[in-house]
Amino acid sequence: MVLSKAVPSSSHDASLDCTFASRYVRAPLPRFKLPEESIPKEAAYQVINDELMLDGNPRLNLASFVTTWMEPECDKLIMAALNKNYVDMDEYPITTELQNRCVNMIAHLFNAPIGEEETAVGVGTVGSSEAIMLAGLAFKRKWQNKRKAEGMPYDKPNIVTGANVQVCWEKFARYFEVELKEVKLKEGYYVMDPEKAVAMVDENTICVAAILGSTLTGEFEDVNKLNELLTEKNKETGWDVPIHVDAASGGFIAPFLYKDLVWDFRLPLVKSINVSGHKYGLVYAGVGWVVWRSKEDLPDELVFHINYLGADQPTFTLNFSKGSSQIIAQYYQFIRLGFEGYKNIIENCMENAKVLRQGLEQTGKFNIVSKEVGVPLVAFALKDRTYYTVFDISENLRRFGWIVPAYTMPADAQHIAVLRVVVREDFSRSLAEWLVSDIHKVVQELDEQVKHVTKVVTTQVDITARGGGTDGALVHKSEQEIAEEVITYWKKLVSRKKTSGVC
Amino acid sequence: MVLSKTASESDVSIHSTFASRYVRASLPRFRMPENSIPKEAAYQIINDELMLDGNPRLNLASFVTTWMEPECDKLMMAAVNKNYVDMDEYPVTTELQNRCVNMIAHLFNAPLGESETAVGVGTVGSSEAIMLAGLAFKRKWQNKRKEQGLPYDKPNIVTGANVQVCWEKFARYFEVELKEVKLSEGYYVMDPEKAVQMVDENTICVAAILGSTLNGEFEDVKLLNDLLTKKNAETGWDTPIHVDAASGGFIAPFLYPELEWDFRLPLVKSINVSGHKYGLVYAGIGWCIWRTKEDLPEELIFHINYLGADQPTFTLNFSKGSSQVIAQYYQLIRLGFEGYKNIMENCQENAMVLKEGLEKTGRFNIVSKDNGVPLVAFSLKDNSRHDEFEVSEFLRRFGWILPAYTMPPDAQNITVLRVVIREDFSRTLAERLVLDIQKVLHELDVMPSKKDIDIQKTKSVAAAWKRFVEDKKKTNGIC
Repeated sequence: MVLSKAVPSSSHDASLDCTFASRYVRAPLPRFKLPEESIPKEAAYQVINDELMLDGNPRLNLASFVTTWMEPECDKLIMAALNKNYVDMDEYPITTELQNRCVNMIAHLFNAPIGEEETAVGVGTVGSSEAIMLAGLAFKRKWQNKRKAEGMPYDKPNIVTGANVQVCWEKFARYFEVELKEVKLKEGYYVMDPEKAVAMVDENTICVAAILGSTLTGEFEDVNKLNELLTEKNKETGWDVPIHVDAASGGFIAPFLYKDLVWDFRLPLVKSINVSGHKYGLVYAGVGWVVWRSKEDLPDELVFHINYLGADQPTFTLNFSKGSSQIIAQYYQFIRLGFEGYKNIIENCMENAKVLRQGLEQTGKFNIVSKEVGVPLVAFALKDRTYYTVFDISENLRRFGWIVPAYTMPADAQHIAVLRVVVREDFSRSLAEWLVSDIHKVVQELDEQVKHVTKVVTTQVDITARGGGTDGALVHKSEQEIAEEVITYWKKLVSRKKTSGVC
Repeated sequence: MVLSKTASESDVSIHSTFASRYVRASLPRFRMPENSIPKEAAYQIINDELMLDGNPRLNLASFVTTWMEPECDKLMMAAVNKNYVDMDEYPVTTELQNRCVNMIAHLFNAPLGESETAVGVGTVGSSEAIMLAGLAFKRKWQNKRKEQGLPYDKPNIVTGANVQVCWEKFARYFEVELKEVKLSEGYYVMDPEKAVQMVDENTICVAAILGSTLNGEFEDVKLLNDLLTKKNAETGWDTPIHVDAASGGFIAPFLYPELEWDFRLPLVKSINVSGHKYGLVYAGIGWCIWRTKEDLPEELIFHINYLGADQPTFTLNFSKGSSQVIAQYYQLIRLGFEGYKNIMENCQENAMVLKEGLEKTGRFNIVSKDNGVPLVAFSLKDNSRHDEFEVSEFLRRFGWILPAYTMPPDAQNITVLRVVIREDFSRTLAERLVLDIQKVLHELDVMPSKKDIDIQKTKSVAAAWKRFVEDKKKTNGIC
């Protein structure tokens, strides 16, 4: 016989309390030190979930090229693979095989000169940063070996790129002690000029890096021209300077939209290419790929051979343990979409970019800085920068939920500031139309403010002029002075009205 | 009026996944397929292939976490589309990382004031963390040598031969010479005295391991600190220490709080720990903590300015998922000190159960120590007929993945089997494993040894059978 008993008042059973009123959520969250006690998992979940509500919405983050939506079937696969440590190749042979298949598919997509049954040379990485560091390392080592063989000094390697490179090239240069020789940009020309680049090449250059899909404007650099000019220079000088193509964004766009654009291994000087799986490869953040032309382009001394239980697996990565989810997701996308699927999606992105571009042009306030050929994005600058800048527009758009970044161009075009919207797979036409209308609103608000301020200025000046002391000419006052005068005026008004009666 | 029509063109969604044309065609391996396939088919195909992978939870080789609470799984799935590096767009996620860094720095007794923020960073794993720490040491040493007007082109690092492969990677990729202290039979970690002897003016740091991957042992960092302090006083070189606490960093503070191995020792300038080992998070997160700002040269730090906010960053990777950082914070506040302590104590107990079970068989030597990472490394007392690699192979049939390794120089003649006890390796699993190992031993005992197999004997037996069969074939009757 079970006796009912009243809930004891002293001991507090944690699970009876509602999450939001339990003692755990009342106490402040530990910030600097590990808390002494455990808390229930529901409370931990709720606490973190609530704080994260204040983060931006990834799908409205128009700054990022990185994928923010995948099909639920793929989410299922990702979830199931969360506890698989990718590096345990012998324990998870299928996952390793999926990576190898992806590498081969990408190598063929980039027209690597491999035979029908030959396996490609490449590796999956955490992103293009790691991929670029590996490619750079390979170039550096090859160059050093060549110089050693020639008996020449090898202590001052350099790499030639445009000033529009993504920060990971600067990281590579700084961390691996390679000098970075940047071709400066100029107004109206925001990518690396192949002629200037080749002019900068010297005997210490380990490679020239071209970008297919500049982060600033989405433009594709002319790799074909670079290859021609560099081939000529190589013939004259006898240096064997190769090319690396940073196709982080463009690598999954050009093969589908611009088949005739020659930028990849079809050009003989291109020895390695990197691409971000998590950009237009349509996978969540955390996967990139680097592919080499042939075995000779990857010095064997950089490759580690790990032997577990008898199986030899060559590896060349900076990271060791990492999750398997993104690799599986990349393979999913390849077989799910196939060539036609990727083509459809990128074409759709381009159309949505066009809708956005035309909407912005119609406002009459913007210059479009990005080109129509390239990564589907729209970069635009204000025609008239006198009263407000693109940074003001960017800030104001946040109120509507949009995250649209504003940037200044690198040297020598620092006076140009642009707003940039990246069109990803999940940026639909209706969202594009909403964005145009919200930008319209913001611009109108800013214009109104300008008019209001000008009105106040002229009014105040009239008052002062009539008040005497000046010779009647219009005086230009600073905003601060105007504000101070307005406040003083109101203060006087209010203090005159103050009676001793109850309010 | 809608006329019914017979299905002339096959409508893809009517077919069952397993009988649709997509699953009949062979899977593309080398080239991207031309056409799309339905998402259900893509899911099923990949899911089915992956069934042939090992079961992560039975993978006893790995230190890396293979189970987390469903609440945390929910948080991770929700964060899978958040690109961690967009600090300005996701300020709360960035703040969570900063909180984790601070908690870990305090756990390691970094000399910080009450409201002083720690110097550290979240990485993809200990490999990246070690490379960043090594870079900092290399740059500091180069700057020092440049100031002194001395050559700085031959940096080296002193470690034990038991180091994990990422130290070799660091050395090879960043052009630092690796000076390894050799092991010896019975002594499988770095000997502090030998290490200090190897230190010279070009040494950028000495790396000690808290939790050797081979047998889980903690190296004596305190002794190393004492000896190195003496040597520094004699020579005037300022050689620092880095502690690779990939496994041990989340064990020692909870199980062995008196053990002095961290920033309490003055020469320790940086420590790395894997969040995805005993930090109890899935693969993909590590942490690197520096003692003070001075130990991280400013020239290595990149300042990224987005929309006016300055965020200093020092990582090798750029874009990556946010899930693991959030999961780490979840674990830290969910478990707290007592939670981690309970889990580590539980792991130790299960390791004891396994160790005692193995000792009772009478066939094994236990190579791992009781103090250290909760794992059991053991070798066969008699491996003349069958070796540890065969035991490992046979255990696969039962589903267990138990690796066998040879020790690095100079103990290459020793082979061990190693079982890592993670949070999700329960006592019952430990008992089952012992039973299965016993079964395997019984089988191996009755099997002929590989060395017993005499080639000549085999050939003559095969020839005899051949003749026998051919003789029988001479009839004309139907088979």
